[in-house]
Amino acid sequence: MSNINDLYNQVLRDHRNYPRNKGLIEGYRSLHAKNPSCGDDVTVQIDIKDGIIKDVRHDGTGCAICCSSASAMSEVLIGKTIEEANSIIKDFYELIKGTLPTDEDRLGDAIVFVNIHNFPPRIKCATLSWRAADTLLNTDETGEKDV
Amino acid sequence: MKEILNIKNDFPVLVNNKDLVYLDSGATSLKPYCVLNKMDEYYTKYGVNVNRGVYDLSYQATDEYEKTREVVAEFLNCDSREVVYTKGASNGLNMLALSIGYNMINEGDEIITSELEHHSSFLPWQQIAKNKNATIKFVPLNDEGRITVENFLKVLSNKTKVVCLTHASNVMGYVTPIKEIIKEAHKVGAIVIVDGAQSVPHIKVDVKELDCDFLAFSAHKMLGPTGFGLVYGKYNILSKIKPVEYGGDMIEEVYKDSSIYKEAPYCFETGTPPIAEAIGFSEAIKYLNNIGFDKIESHVKDLTDYCLDKLSTIEGITIYNKTTDVGIITFNINNVHPHDASAILNEDLICVRAGHHCAKLITSWLGVNSTLRACLYIYNTHEDVDKFVESIKRCVEYFKEW
Repeated sequence: MSNINDLYNQVLRDHRNYPRNKGLIEGYRSLHAKNPSCGDDVTVQIDIKDGIIKDVRHDGTGCAICCSSASAMSEVLIGKTIEEANSIIKDFYELIKGTLPTDEDRLGDAIVFVNIHNFPPRIKCATLSWRAADTLLNTDETGEKDV
Repeated sequence: MKEILNIKNDFPVLVNNKDLVYLDSGATSLKPYCVLNKMDEYYTKYGVNVNRGVYDLSYQATDEYEKTREVVAEFLNCDSREVVYTKGASNGLNMLALSIGYNMINEGDEIITSELEHHSSFLPWQQIAKNKNATIKFVPLNDEGRITVENFLKVLSNKTKVVCLTHASNVMGYVTPIKEIIKEAHKVGAIVIVDGAQSVPHIKVDVKELDCDFLAFSAHKMLGPTGFGLVYGKYNILSKIKPVEYGGDMIEEVYKDSSIYKEAPYCFETGTPPIAEAIGFSEAIKYLNNIGFDKIESHVKDLTDYCLDKLSTIEGITIYNKTTDVGIITFNINNVHPHDASAILNEDLICVRAGHHCAKLITSWLGVNSTLRACLYIYNTHEDVDKFVESIKRCVEYFKEW
């Protein structure tokens, strides 16, 4: 059986307590995503210039999994092209099913979510901000979204 | 520790999961063998449709299916004509709002609700009010979060047409002084709909004594199957309100330009119903009646007091309803999101609910985004409470460092 410490590890704790790129910036395209069943609520912003992600911001309330995942994601997506970001997001979607990507470093700290598939009810928490980023990168959608 | 009830072995989920501590009965209760056997009996011995066939098996199925109406009528102290089969409390409350709302509510009318309501009690009326330009009035909750008669009178007026209130809150576990409220509401001619989803499993509900006009509840929260529920409706009103779903079974005559519907309660029931569920539910009522509601109430109270005593000694948790009436305890571990807390509880095989419990208005009233909820019911024991409390302590310790 999977241990609770596989879920709540030091890296996750660090992102939860010292979130990177937290707080929204006016003028960025943003998407507000919620998980209505548990109350996870996060807004993700992405600023793109010349095909490069210049900035990723996030803010909201939720469990440790949700908040730390948003923080880890913001770190890893900044500086990437849209194509690279899409590929990283795809890797993350595979990771949460328990499949490690060929290049593990690409996922940065988000690699800690490799054990989340042992805790199926929490997959939604971990992916909330990633799905919001995915939507921002690949659609014209902004505003409110239930994920 | 002496248990008033010791019945875990009647419940297959508990037999098959020996170490499980099930504290989520407010979401759905576990089902005893007798209910499942009764449903199996239908599927294996006479599993055909009701109300249609002219052959023996169909007659038998219809007979068993209709027997539940008698059992429910006796249980609630009403006539079987006053018992409508539904898909559950949510379905029943929606049906009543659609029928009464669209046919009897006019512009300027007032509908009384409260922040304690489950979404299925409140949202249908929010919609009706928008549609009909009627006004929703909220009974102000007292400091504890309860509905009181005194506060109810503050919003009751000659414009009040409908009062739709919870009998027992699914978050706070408070029982509403509904009998007195009904008396006052009837003085202005208002119809009173009672959401009994959390009360009927716990306390003896006599609709004649309450004098409510409607009562909706679910089978699955009181040992019965999912997908089935009941509406009680006072016959002189039930026979006047219009159906909201049309189709087979509910008609007397059909012409090209008009139709004649069956009398209540049958005009509210169309399509092939959850037959096994209806038949199985009669066993759930028999099981509860055999125990007796005096015993159910004292068992749940005994455990709730024990649990609250133990929880109160833990530093770092907030309990929102220390005076709960029906075994529902809502709380949070300070600075820990309920979903993080429930990960620890889950590891210790403890099932609780985490979230807003489909009652966002009361979660907002409490000033939080979500909470943990533990519900004690007839199959729980002192040992369950001990395990639960130990797990909460572990949780507080675990996240202390965070």
